Amino acid sequence: MFTPHTQKDVEVMLKSLGIEKIEDLFSVIPEKFRYPKLNLPEQLTEMEAAADLESIASANGSTKELLSFLGAGAYDHYIPAAVDNLLQRGEWYTAYTPYQPEVSQGTLQAIFEFQSLICQLTGMAVCNASHYDAATAAAEAAILADSHFRGKRKKFLVSRAVNPQYRAVMRTYFRPHDDIQILGDDEETGIDTDMAKLIELIDKDTALVLVQYPDFFGRIVDYKSLIEAAHAHGALVAVATNPTALALLTPPGELGADIVIGEGQPLGIPLSFGGPYLGYFAVTEDLLRKISGRLVGQTTDMAGNLAYVLTLTAREQHIRRGKATSNICSNQGLMTLAATIYMTVLGKEGFKEVANLCYQKAHFAADQLSQVDGYQLAFADTPFFHEFVVKSERPVDEVLEWLRAHDILGGYDLGQDYPELENHLMLAVTEKISREDIEYLTAVLEEEYHD
Amino acid sequence: MKYPQELKYLKTDEWVKVQDGVAIIGITDYAQDALSDVVYVEFEIDPDDEVSAGDSIGTIESVKAAAEVHFPVSGTVLEVNEEVVDSPEMLNKEPYAGAWLVKVQMSDESELDDLMDAAAYEAYCQDR
Amino acid sequence: MTEPTIFEMSSPGRRGVKMPACDVPEVALPKGFERQDLNFPEISELEAVRHFTRLSQLNHSIDTGLYPLGSCTMKYNPKINEVTCRLSGFANTHPLQPEDTVQGNLYLMYQLQEMLAEIAGFAGGTIQPAAGAHGELVGALIINAYHKDRGYHQRVRMLIPDSAHGTNPATSAMVGFEIVPLATDARGNVDLENLKSLVDDRLAGLMLTNPNTLGLFDENVEEVIKIVHEAGGLVYGDGANMNAILGVTQPGKIGFDILHYNLHKTFSTPHGGGGPGSGPVVVAKHLLDFLPDPVVGIIDKGDDENPPLYGLVTPAKTIGRIKSFHGHFGVHVRAFTYISMLGAKGLRDAAEKAVLNANYMQEKLKGTYTLPHDRSCMHEFVLEGFWDDVPDIHALDIAKRLIDYGIHPPTNYFPLIVKEALMIEPTETENLETLDNFVEVMLKIAEEARTQPELLKNAPHNAPIKRADELKAAKELVLCCYPLEEMQS
Repeated sequence: MFTPHTQKDVEVMLKSLGIEKIEDLFSVIPEKFRYPKLNLPEQLTEMEAAADLESIASANGSTKELLSFLGAGAYDHYIPAAVDNLLQRGEWYTAYTPYQPEVSQGTLQAIFEFQSLICQLTGMAVCNASHYDAATAAAEAAILADSHFRGKRKKFLVSRAVNPQYRAVMRTYFRPHDDIQILGDDEETGIDTDMAKLIELIDKDTALVLVQYPDFFGRIVDYKSLIEAAHAHGALVAVATNPTALALLTPPGELGADIVIGEGQPLGIPLSFGGPYLGYFAVTEDLLRKISGRLVGQTTDMAGNLAYVLTLTAREQHIRRGKATSNICSNQGLMTLAATIYMTVLGKEGFKEVANLCYQKAHFAADQLSQVDGYQLAFADTPFFHEFVVKSERPVDEVLEWLRAHDILGGYDLGQDYPELENHLMLAVTEKISREDIEYLTAVLEEEYHD
Repeated sequence: MKYPQELKYLKTDEWVKVQDGVAIIGITDYAQDALSDVVYVEFEIDPDDEVSAGDSIGTIESVKAAAEVHFPVSGTVLEVNEEVVDSPEMLNKEPYAGAWLVKVQMSDESELDDLMDAAAYEAYCQDR
Repeated sequence: MTEPTIFEMSSPGRRGVKMPACDVPEVALPKGFERQDLNFPEISELEAVRHFTRLSQLNHSIDTGLYPLGSCTMKYNPKINEVTCRLSGFANTHPLQPEDTVQGNLYLMYQLQEMLAEIAGFAGGTIQPAAGAHGELVGALIINAYHKDRGYHQRVRMLIPDSAHGTNPATSAMVGFEIVPLATDARGNVDLENLKSLVDDRLAGLMLTNPNTLGLFDENVEEVIKIVHEAGGLVYGDGANMNAILGVTQPGKIGFDILHYNLHKTFSTPHGGGGPGSGPVVVAKHLLDFLPDPVVGIIDKGDDENPPLYGLVTPAKTIGRIKSFHGHFGVHVRAFTYISMLGAKGLRDAAEKAVLNANYMQEKLKGTYTLPHDRSCMHEFVLEGFWDDVPDIHALDIAKRLIDYGIHPPTNYFPLIVKEALMIEPTETENLETLDNFVEVMLKIAEEARTQPELLKNAPHNAPIKRADELKAAKELVLCCYPLEEMQS
């Protein structure tokens, strides 16, 4: 399909190799395994493939047709046109990993700028060129803590208010290591925002304590005592964050976090059914050498000019091999570029505007919904950012079905992850949601109750 | 390439100097040359640790490579040279003098019999 | 040629994109949590566009020139892929939407799972892993889980050839396996005697890249697999080099138990300056139950009137979730588009032309450059970038000199078992003129090495920067636009 060879080209090449046909090049493959008949659909031209894909895409209902209040780790934000326009330059997306700095200064400088922006946003000293997503970044935070204590501390505490997917991935990564314990997220330790029960579990065997800010339920929680308690026992603290929230809230770096991770999808990356997304990972200067993944540094070239290179590469798999702390090879290159362009074209004021709109609209929605009979705000005394939880008298799946009939995706049913939160619905509100949208939601719910 | 006569050597490029039951351990001139500019040293042990021959001392990182260093002998760690952590380039300049890595109170001096002398190590390096 | 950073371009008060005014009554931020300041850049939209446009022009890319990076498969990234993955029906779907609203997505993912399994000859698989290394981790976790499930807790040894990519031992270490190096013989095959001496009842498995990183198909692959299976181990295939054998042979049929793909190599999805990749893992029947959670399955077969209903399914003995949501869907759409267009015929054609291109180049270069393994290669080959008569010239110098001729350097210093290695992979999308030009340039550089060595030692001369001081970068760490001390306070 994309091979340019003419019949004549092939003849010339075969002649130079002294063989009769291309098949001769595969004689090393045992005959019984050679040239299988693959059961695949017939090939298509570009025009046919385009039509086919369009037909598949149209079998979906997207956030263009449906009014969506879904969050729970992925958020529907407006992406300025400049982001994708620039991203589509072939020099960006058809370039490889910048191992040859002389011909990759574009990629390297863009990553350097990304690192700088995330350091600013999180209040941390160093940030890497990204992990796959927040869930794997959480697992890597635990790996860092394990290596930092040279395997001598075996306890990893995780708040139950951390995204269930992050906790699941951490457990998968540590599955083969029977001596490692991941605890603190059971129903008994619970989700109270004073964190007292979790703090009680911290001891000298604790390597890491992981919390989320705002937490999975959208709540803004004060972690000062938890961080103090952890540090008093010599343990590290990792905070998983939402980047939009950090535009307005005190960053975890200022609160004493050792590691800050997060999901960068809200930064100019489309929902795209869950991926590719962007895990950011930032640490204090003390932990700099322990960070996995790529790092871009500034230096000079042989003529004394400013230059960017991948640095501290001796940590990575291609040099350390079996002794590397992580096997990570790639980063989310194109996604870090999207995030960098997004944060740049919005800039300081634009980014704060987005965050403020999310905050205000979510608070308006929470206020409106709390006035509908049959619904009340859960966690009413706790501040929240752009996501909040509503307790419903009716089963959540019935409510969601009713909303669907009105082309509304009502939010996330927390009962599926938290048995103690049966009949609790979580809604996210971004800058894309208008006042009319919120009033429509409220009206539909009011109607439902009175039926 | 230097091969001080009074030292003992391993094929893995560590050297050992013995003084009254104490083994002083470092990496050889050949090793620092192969690594080229050292940028970082990380120790995996602390004073008072009990160690066995073959255990890891730590890692030495250069721009292009990372080398593991191991204990040639067993015993108790007496001292770790923090100076090389602050100034890793010392390993390139004076691998046999100021850039020693660790001092160990030996538990079994017969382990020294397995090590090479300077002539044997030099011959080994010529053939590599 | 220096482009200032966005922070250096910043001027207080400059605005880029603005958002609408707030249409709801405003409330105060929670007390005690208000951020004091945010030092983000303040530049106009035009300045931002110019900045990122100019930066892009400093990159070499497939779209601008040859990129013969061994083991990376830098083939043409079709533009239609960039259209299909951006279709609103795909791009605007939230991963947690009710399954009946995303049947298009689930259908596509299911088809891709099936197609990838079929292409390599396996029973099924997962497209959730985010990259090749991630897929390797899944493979290692599955091997670990499989043995434990059968009570074989002593099976902890993983054999890894000395030619293997660094992620293989790194992954094995992450899972707690004992890494056992396996020798390569003079012909570039797994050393059978060495292999036989290393297998026992503590064997977990073998991680084998075939074709390997020397670009060679193992002449004894059936025997290798038999030895491992007889010892009770599993054979994991690192499928980074699948481009050589698409439609030509199926590793699953030869006996591999698991294989990972790199969609960003073999299936034309963009490298993106370092990612995102996608590393699907396909498995033989006895390992299906261990796949990560979730995979896409058929919930209801449907009938003549109703299409099948697709949904997310948890495998019976799953190793668990390995990333958030379902994987790199945006990359799945691109790979699906590509496979749809190529079909079985096109895939075989891609492999055949990739191998033809590599052999053509190898033949023309092997007289002037040392070819350590002189036999027919697959889609890539490894030369030594070193000559005894000019010992000051190294592979690095040859690589940097290629830049002056508009060609991206090949992979160098890998695999570790070849001294001064230059790993060259043209891919199937390069035409004869490009191949001839590369050969001509390589021959010229070999001549320059003798007559004007300083051209190589000081290369590149025509790039945006000269050789970068990597030592300085490691010793004087500058990792963001603000000094480290300032960030800490």
